[in-house]
Amino acid sequence: MIPDDLLYTRTHEWVLVEDGTVTIGITQFAQEQLGDITYVELPEPGDVINTGEEMGTVESVKAASELYAPVTGEVIETNTELETAPELVNEAPYGEGWLIKVRPAEDIDPEELLSPAEYHELLDTQAH
Amino acid sequence: MSDLFKTPLHSWHLAQGAKTAPFAGWDMPIQYAGILAEHKHTREAASLFDICHMGEFLVRGKDARAALSRIVTHNLDTLAPLKCRYGFLLNPEGGVLDDLIVYRLAEEEYMLVVNGACTASDFAWIADHLQGEAAMENVSDVTAKIDLQGPKSLDALDATLGKVLGRSFRDLKYFNFLRLSFEGAPLIVSRTGYTGELGYELYVAAAKAVELWELVVADARVEPAGLGARDTLRLEMGLPLYGQDLDTAHTPAEAGYEPLLSSPADYVGKGADRAVRERLVALTVEGRRSPRHGDAVLAAGGSGESVGVVTSGSFAPSLGHAVALAYVRADASEAASFLVKGARAELGAVRADLPFYKEGTARIKL
Repeated sequence: MIPDDLLYTRTHEWVLVEDGTVTIGITQFAQEQLGDITYVELPEPGDVINTGEEMGTVESVKAASELYAPVTGEVIETNTELETAPELVNEAPYGEGWLIKVRPAEDIDPEELLSPAEYHELLDTQAH
Repeated sequence: MSDLFKTPLHSWHLAQGAKTAPFAGWDMPIQYAGILAEHKHTREAASLFDICHMGEFLVRGKDARAALSRIVTHNLDTLAPLKCRYGFLLNPEGGVLDDLIVYRLAEEEYMLVVNGACTASDFAWIADHLQGEAAMENVSDVTAKIDLQGPKSLDALDATLGKVLGRSFRDLKYFNFLRLSFEGAPLIVSRTGYTGELGYELYVAAAKAVELWELVVADARVEPAGLGARDTLRLEMGLPLYGQDLDTAHTPAEAGYEPLLSSPADYVGKGADRAVRERLVALTVEGRRSPRHGDAVLAAGGSGESVGVVTSGSFAPSLGHAVALAYVRADASEAASFLVKGARAELGAVRADLPFYKEGTARIKL
């Protein structure tokens, strides 16, 4: 399941670019690999995240995995529902399980992220 | 993957969409519907676990009891036929080689149930130390172990296996077992388990494993569960996992099992097994973030001195917060609180009494 209207990273985050705001989450593939998610650590509103750098952690029963910033910008909102209901990331990774919203420092260049087709290819190579 | 062992139920698991992973040299089902759902189902209804990776040995002969009594910590003098008991296999220094359950099958006939990762080394060790007229046989390959666990396990067992055999298992008491037969092959039904819930461990000929599994799992109350849920269930009870919470570097006394060391026999490791340099401490962590195996335990309050290491840690699904077991230096183990320092964060932890989860049905009178 790879929505057409999103961009992706090699570390399995997704990015929704809208007017002046970028919403970030993890992909269906990522949540399946992690299994039941029990804890999500996110940056705070006001924090600045930098492309490729660690911005948080997702823990499942069996593993902990870093989140990497897909873009550079200031965090303007985090999904506080996840503090008590991290399972939303499993249930709706592209919807209610979103992680943070960011005001990007500059316009997003789609070439620096993976298109849906490119992300599909990445999953194919990882599956084999 | 090809050099991993597969249980007789392996194809069944794959057909049901289980995620499998290597455990103790076996390709084992880790989860089906998901660890949290399986955990919850076990606490509320009943789950079926494939535990065929564990090892089984038979020891027989007129000196079987005397010979085994010099090898394991179990007090076999007070173990009646058709009862089983938990205990340890130790090295001469008192370090734990394995934890195991000894079943007294008959007057001078025992079954030992050991951890999968230890089967070969345990067998060699015991064979080496067995004296007198006692023969040991490794029946692990021909014995399947299937665990049915959960408050509804009795009802489910009665409605399936019980119906086939024309009997109920209601009278079977905790740590007692029955020797029966299923489809012409020997079957042991033991009221034991590793989840803290009412439950049964079924030992059957490997050739009958799929048949027995399908019979029991067909009950509407029963769902299959993997080793992922088994691990969170056992940790909520504070039950140790060999290789993490028990190892050759620690004695049973350090793991909190000194009261079990009551055997009058002169078993290997006797005396040394009471040495205490560290203690296995139960820790609760506020919040959902979990300590992990290998995290450092620091003294709380300033000094920040490292006093121990986390051996098991997880989010505890039935409790809604994280818990851990850790070996802590004995002189620091009485403190009420600690800091757990992991790769990602420092977590405050408070010493707790076991079990973490106190609503378990394992011992209920039926």
